[in-house]
Amino acid sequence: MADATQAIPSSAEPPVRPLEIPRLELPRAYRTMVLARLFDDRCLALQRQGRIGFYVPMGGQEAAQVGCTWALDPADWLFPAYRELGAALVRGVPLTLLLDQFIGNSGDLLKGRQMPNHYGYPKYRIVTGSSPVGTQISHAVGAAMAAKKKGHAIVTVPFFGDGTTSSNDFHAGLNFAGVFQAPTIFFCQNNQWAISLPRSRQTRSETLADKAVAYGIQGVVVDGMDVHAVYRAVKAARDRALRGDGPTLIEAQVYRFGPHSSSDDPKRYRPEEDLAAWKARDPVTALQHELLEAGLLTAESDAALWDAARAEIASAIQEAEATAPVDPLSMFDDVLARPTPALEAQRAEFATWLGQGETRT
Amino acid sequence: MTELNLVQAVNRALAEAMRADPDVLVIGEDVGLNGGVFRATEGLYKEFGADRVIDSPLSETGIVGAAIGMALYGLKPVAEIQFLDFIYPAFDQIVSELAKFRYRSGGQYPCHVVVRAPYGGGVKGGLYHSQSSEAYFAHTAGLKVAIPSSPADAKGLLTTAIFDEDPVIFLEPKRIYRAVTGEVPDGDHRVPFGKANTLRQGDDVSVFAYGAMIHPVLQATDTLLAEGISSEVVDLRTLVPLDEAAVCASVEKTGRAVIVHEAPRTAGFGAELAALLAEKCLYSLKAPVLRITGFDTPFPYALENLYLPTPERIAHGIRSTVRAG
Repeated sequence: MADATQAIPSSAEPPVRPLEIPRLELPRAYRTMVLARLFDDRCLALQRQGRIGFYVPMGGQEAAQVGCTWALDPADWLFPAYRELGAALVRGVPLTLLLDQFIGNSGDLLKGRQMPNHYGYPKYRIVTGSSPVGTQISHAVGAAMAAKKKGHAIVTVPFFGDGTTSSNDFHAGLNFAGVFQAPTIFFCQNNQWAISLPRSRQTRSETLADKAVAYGIQGVVVDGMDVHAVYRAVKAARDRALRGDGPTLIEAQVYRFGPHSSSDDPKRYRPEEDLAAWKARDPVTALQHELLEAGLLTAESDAALWDAARAEIASAIQEAEATAPVDPLSMFDDVLARPTPALEAQRAEFATWLGQGETRT
Repeated sequence: MTELNLVQAVNRALAEAMRADPDVLVIGEDVGLNGGVFRATEGLYKEFGADRVIDSPLSETGIVGAAIGMALYGLKPVAEIQFLDFIYPAFDQIVSELAKFRYRSGGQYPCHVVVRAPYGGGVKGGLYHSQSSEAYFAHTAGLKVAIPSSPADAKGLLTTAIFDEDPVIFLEPKRIYRAVTGEVPDGDHRVPFGKANTLRQGDDVSVFAYGAMIHPVLQATDTLLAEGISSEVVDLRTLVPLDEAAVCASVEKTGRAVIVHEAPRTAGFGAELAALLAEKCLYSLKAPVLRITGFDTPFPYALENLYLPTPERIAHGIRSTVRAG
């Protein structure tokens, strides 16, 4: 809990760093993208098998999420929507911890309260999100205002999609950020579809980044399938923010390879040829080819990397599925710091009904 | 002790909390240089500056959303919504976010924001400057709801709210911002949440109210004393947490209950009190529980003095209840 409210102050002077991913970090970034791809596919399969209740896949958005988070400092705060597996993996969130959350077992730090994908952990500077879209945008702005007030050289980064640019809180958040010059990077992954609604029906703006103009902040369009381009844009935005030059809206243009969620069937509304065209630019494959050509990867080391990722996933699933379920009476915890008398009574009544007596666990 | 009116007591609580703790700040519309449209933040901008008395753009969802972010980062923001009637654009932020952060994070992310809002009728405010919508917030798990009826409680409850660990919806009865004055303790005065205040001891009937309605209730019960009706007046002070023990103890003593609020009757907070009495105190009741409330209409501008429970309507209700059994 102390982690949640005490930011790690970064160095007062933001370091001027080159805008490219250091060459030696590229294999690790690639490995994170591979892990994201494989884990994401596996989690959707787990949902199909009834082993988790729901899942929101992120396939196609690996370069955007990994490139963005790679460009940030570990002390920067992330405010994800619910599709940001790549960001979580860059931060080092263990697969088992994520699976505990997807299952909602006793290992879940969220105590089984949230649908899958809505995780958050102060240790990794990831704030747990909600399902209404856009609300996290103004939280990120408020947190950035607070960091600035406390003299912490960090930025906050809300993640959201193309559909969210139509929401109340997109407007409120960007407007506040402009007025107060909050050190926030608004990271919009335009994956072209808000469930069934295409980007063209979301707004008449030529680009989503154009919307920044009205708020007096910088707007940038970037190829979200290119991890280097995303990294450069985020790095530049971070440097600007910490120089005191204000927030940036980044529109990373990507494509959602899968359904909106495990409850969605994109075949009902999405032309297959669009998907095929974007898949030809698969960000994982693109980086794979680049690293092979650059000699940072060999066919053998690449195969070993994929195998190791599969093994890591299999072992995490085994571990998470063996973890005990949540305690039913934990449902009554954390509503307030201390329960009201009314809630105490409900808990006791329910405990009796469960045959567990009235003692607190 | 200092003699203050209710809005001065609010101002005093804010100023003293801000002096005591540099993490406390105020954010809202016109709260800075202008000192708030009701002057609740008067003088704060001059004393604490623009970083701690933040004039926000005109967006309630932005005010509460930004305050949530500040709270997550460890500040103690007090957000002002200019009128409770304008809180609905922030309803999503309050209900979906503020109320649920602690719970949904498994306790990892407590989120302590105080949302202050002037509420209630009697100021010629019409539909959109008069509402009393406390029930929405009391219905939402994860929020506390406090409503003072006196200057001393305004300071004491607001100070408790600011240094609490949970989100608090703090509703200020604007009708009596200036109409009611009283002695207010100097220094760190805190009134605990969940402790009702019995303003009059009585034997024949218990009258439950909060906020602005306390005053017509007291006028009514003081009048009824002359008729030989002895009323116990209980000011709930906080709807969440509710002092169920005080409510039940009073009715077990008097055997009769009258509930007064200015909000519409259906699914108003009085319904919760009536249900509580039915569940816990039915065998103590000698007469049916009576609710004296605003009507199930939007708030009427020209007829507000008839819409709001008056001392006469309250006295009539109490009299009928005492005579009923």
